[in-house]
Amino acid sequence: MDYMLNEDLLAIKEICIEIGEKYILPIRAELDEENKFPRDIMDVIAQSDLFTIYIPEAYGGTEMGSMALAVATEELSRYCGGVAVSYAANALGAMPIILMGSEEQKKKYLPQLASGEKLCAFALTESEAGSDAGGVKTRAIKDGDHYILNGTKQWITNGGEAQIYTVIALTDPERGARGASAFIVEEGTPGFSYGKKEDKMGIRASATRELIFEDCRIPAENLISREGFGFMVAMKTLDNSRPGVAAQAVGIAQGALDEALKYAEQRKQFGVKINSFQGLQFMLADMGTQIEAARALTFAAAGLIDSGSKNFNKVSAMAKVFASDVAMKVTVDAVQILGGYGYMKEYPVEKMMRDAKITQIYEGTNQIQRSVIAKAMIKEAKRK
Amino acid sequence: MKFVVAVKQVPDTAEVRIDPERGTLIRDGVPSIMNPFDTYALEEAMKWRDELGGVVTVITMGPPQAESVLREAISMGADDAILISDRAFAGADTWATSHTLAAAVKELGDVDAVFFGKQAIDGDTAQTGPSVAASLDWPQITFIGKVRDLNKDSITAERYVETGTQVVQAELPVVLTILKDANVPRVPSLRGKMKSRKAQIPVWGLADLALTEDETGLNGSPTKVVVTATPEPRTGGQIHEGSTEELVAKLADLLLGEGSEA
Repeated sequence: MDYMLNEDLLAIKEICIEIGEKYILPIRAELDEENKFPRDIMDVIAQSDLFTIYIPEAYGGTEMGSMALAVATEELSRYCGGVAVSYAANALGAMPIILMGSEEQKKKYLPQLASGEKLCAFALTESEAGSDAGGVKTRAIKDGDHYILNGTKQWITNGGEAQIYTVIALTDPERGARGASAFIVEEGTPGFSYGKKEDKMGIRASATRELIFEDCRIPAENLISREGFGFMVAMKTLDNSRPGVAAQAVGIAQGALDEALKYAEQRKQFGVKINSFQGLQFMLADMGTQIEAARALTFAAAGLIDSGSKNFNKVSAMAKVFASDVAMKVTVDAVQILGGYGYMKEYPVEKMMRDAKITQIYEGTNQIQRSVIAKAMIKEAKRK
Repeated sequence: MKFVVAVKQVPDTAEVRIDPERGTLIRDGVPSIMNPFDTYALEEAMKWRDELGGVVTVITMGPPQAESVLREAISMGADDAILISDRAFAGADTWATSHTLAAAVKELGDVDAVFFGKQAIDGDTAQTGPSVAASLDWPQITFIGKVRDLNKDSITAERYVETGTQVVQAELPVVLTILKDANVPRVPSLRGKMKSRKAQIPVWGLADLALTEDETGLNGSPTKVVVTATPEPRTGGQIHEGSTEELVAKLADLLLGEGSEA
């Protein structure tokens, strides 16, 4: 479907296709097999200005918004969900600073993130704080003009690869979620180290790692917003980033459908191309239809954010839920269409199926998203 | 530093088919692209500009629609571009083209180096770069696989030739032709694409260059294409079967011209 993307969005799409064809396609299987972070591809992405699109113009960005980020993430995800999330996680990491950071913090950090000179990551999850983000245990204790951080963050995307981290920690444990605060922590700060790198089912090109804080002293000016606002910073960040996960899911699904269509045109059984069989045609039709619906919802959510609306958390969650469920279903069907070949690593669809699964889990499981959606709907209904 | 990159718009030969009746290229509906070898020339010029400072100006000679390759070059990072276009330039062979490009380089003035791709994928002559050097009376280094050093006075480059690698030094100004071994062309950037959309691209015609009508276009071309023909397709050869002994005997017969089936 032609979305009549404007020239800027088309430019982003073209750049991503060029990066995908030239740099991602040739090595995606190797990155997956070897659990290898795509450092060189991040350099190309930086040079092509893709890190600028979500950063305000005043701080070295091109400020093109959520729609632009969705277009870029979808297009890169068509080639590799792992590479795409390594890119998009930078937007997630930068979002707390963009949304709630002080002028000084923006001036200091955003230009180096826009240029890609430094990579960024967002650190909320802990072993006992997943869907229940209020269960965070990492402490930040004020000590003069410093905070001292202690605790361990888990499953941090871009962990060990990024140089700048936005970290949620408790400044007042008595107050639970309302006692959480957001901080900027730079790589190399004494007391900040990396734990084990995870061995994942999918998106294996992306780095997922523990962050360990042991009496890590950071300057008090690295506090984002105010003490006690950490949970709000996290929730706002995630509301803004969910269309990005949705876009990733749409891209993975589209990549799988493209492979299925290509294969079904080449593969002959009983003397005819398998795409002439109605059973297979119905599968392809459903896959295509579901992807278009997911893309439409994703663009609607991104467009709503760009419009300046404050009320987008429901649609943002809907896009994430729907697109990620579509990605899972479409990639499973793509493997089915390729049959035995689809199950083999020689073909890319089994990887796409493994990559798709995480989109139903991270940045809020689909079950949590459904709760968010239902609560928003119930609240809306009461207002009427 | 002032670098010029000469690029050519060519049909994407991966998409071109040949009209078997007329022996000509079917260009209808075939996308036009920047000659792929020119992308290495552009990257090399930009690499040294990034290192030494200065500007990269891209030029092309062609019809008005050739402007699109200039915009593509700007999206990749070229600073500006000039389209050399005039009805009087039509039908130019490599000689007349080179004179015209050389006149444009002179018009730009103070150019330190002109970069070309090693050849264009449509004509495959590899003549235009060297011929521009001759027309300008500048030194030239062709088939560069690696530029070792470039500074305000001189260049040292490795030529990849059939017999090995030649290291050649030349004083500036110079004409260079670049191989694909030299670099990996960068991906266009978002800012580059935005800039390329807005860029004003001047068009230089005959009146803008120190050239007469007799020196350019069809009039200035000593060579003419007499006929373009497609080679006969190769036929399938012969396939023989049998034991090794039988086949060796058969092959020997064939090679000695006996028992030939052809």
